[in-house]
Amino acid sequence: MSTIVCRCEDLTEEDIVEAINEGYDELEKLKRHLRLCMGPCQGKTCMLLARRVLSRETGKGVEEIKEPTARPPSQPVPFSLLASPKGGEKDD
Amino acid sequence: MTDEYDAVIIGGGVNGLGTAYHLGKKGFTDVVVLDKSYLGYGASGRNGGGIRQQWTSEENIKLAVESRKMFEDLDEELEEDIEFYQGGYLVLSFDEEEADEFKENVKLQNKLGVESEFLSPEEAKEIVPELDISNVVAATFNQSDGTIYPFKVIHGYANRVREMDIDIREHTEVKDIITEGSEIKKVKTDDGDIKTDTVVNGAGGWSAEIAEMAGAEIPNVPVRHEIMVTEPYQRFLEPMVISFQHGIYFSQSEHGNIVGGIGNPDEEPGINQKGSLWFMKEFSNTLLDFIPRFSSVNMIRQWAGLYDTTPDAQPILGSVPEVDRFYQVNGFSGHGFMVSPMVDKVTAELVMGEEPSMDIERLRVERFEDMDIEEEGGVVG
Repeated sequence: MSTIVCRCEDLTEEDIVEAINEGYDELEKLKRHLRLCMGPCQGKTCMLLARRVLSRETGKGVEEIKEPTARPPSQPVPFSLLASPKGGEKDD
Repeated sequence: MTDEYDAVIIGGGVNGLGTAYHLGKKGFTDVVVLDKSYLGYGASGRNGGGIRQQWTSEENIKLAVESRKMFEDLDEELEEDIEFYQGGYLVLSFDEEEADEFKENVKLQNKLGVESEFLSPEEAKEIVPELDISNVVAATFNQSDGTIYPFKVIHGYANRVREMDIDIREHTEVKDIITEGSEIKKVKTDDGDIKTDTVVNGAGGWSAEIAEMAGAEIPNVPVRHEIMVTEPYQRFLEPMVISFQHGIYFSQSEHGNIVGGIGNPDEEPGINQKGSLWFMKEFSNTLLDFIPRFSSVNMIRQWAGLYDTTPDAQPILGSVPEVDRFYQVNGFSGHGFMVSPMVDKVTAELVMGEEPSMDIERLRVERFEDMDIEEEGGVVG
């Protein structure tokens, strides 16, 4: 039985452990190698779980493991909402 | 204890790692690659993954053509799926004068081996059916252009380089470069000193700072450029679409995400990698003018990176007049990834004292003193 850590990219706990053993031993590196925290949830589901796996595998305290930089928007936003309404002044 | 290496490469981005890889292939492995953060922290990990050969200067076209050929074999060479998708680049023009320039660009590109074509707006719409062509005047298209996933290239190089017994030290920041006369003696880092007589400066947006440490002057200026990504979708957009007039580019990655950016002509130079609301609004507005059907597509993340810009938007390669064995591989002005395979091969040849595979005389820093420089006009983003 596999434990899913990242639902956006279908990553299991085993996938994460394997990547850590290959040397991707920081959240920033796991993110770029596996696309962890890069899906629609932007890490809200997976990041804390992945941090615990990383802590267990590397022997580092959870508080020592740096979170990836948080990026806007905080949830998926359609382009139509970000763009000016039709006929409106463009904000430039 | 002081470490000693035959060469120190500063910058764990695509050009630093690529140069290490080509040195390693020649058996020159007493090398260390330093990065102040993790590999790909700079522009190599923040770009849109575009691989384009439709440039306007001869040097850029030649570098891009040779590099595209090398990218086609890189999967096998690096044992890593770099997700190279050759859906082409569609370059759109919205004014007659620019369209005339496009005709000239295509002529030069064809002469140098790029199979680009000049298209009518209707022909452009055949390639991207969702495109609003009401204001498009003309376009150019080249099928063998495309996109890659930058991290796979970075990690592929890093894995192969480590197998060659070349050292990579992440989270190691260069603090100073000690010279005596014109000779390099030592690289000082926040984790000890490294004796060497050879340094490769592949520090991207931080390259001018690094050069200054060695007592050399390069005219590079870092400028922030922003970028965003959407949720992944099934493939519906084949090419990368760009417009110089709008400064916009967007493509769909092999993974399915739309990746795109837009330049801010008023951006203040300097080290700044933060995102902005201005970007999100400007990009969304412009994108919907190009493809109205994108209106319900979700943006999920936006970020920023640095273009290491030069006065002519062309890279700085090779040695410098002030310091011996101090090789530049920087100043890429927003197109460092797509020319990296050829650039790195040439840089490794220069370090080894070999005849370079491509003439780089017009890309040396001395060009700003004694040559008529030809500005690259095809920068976007």
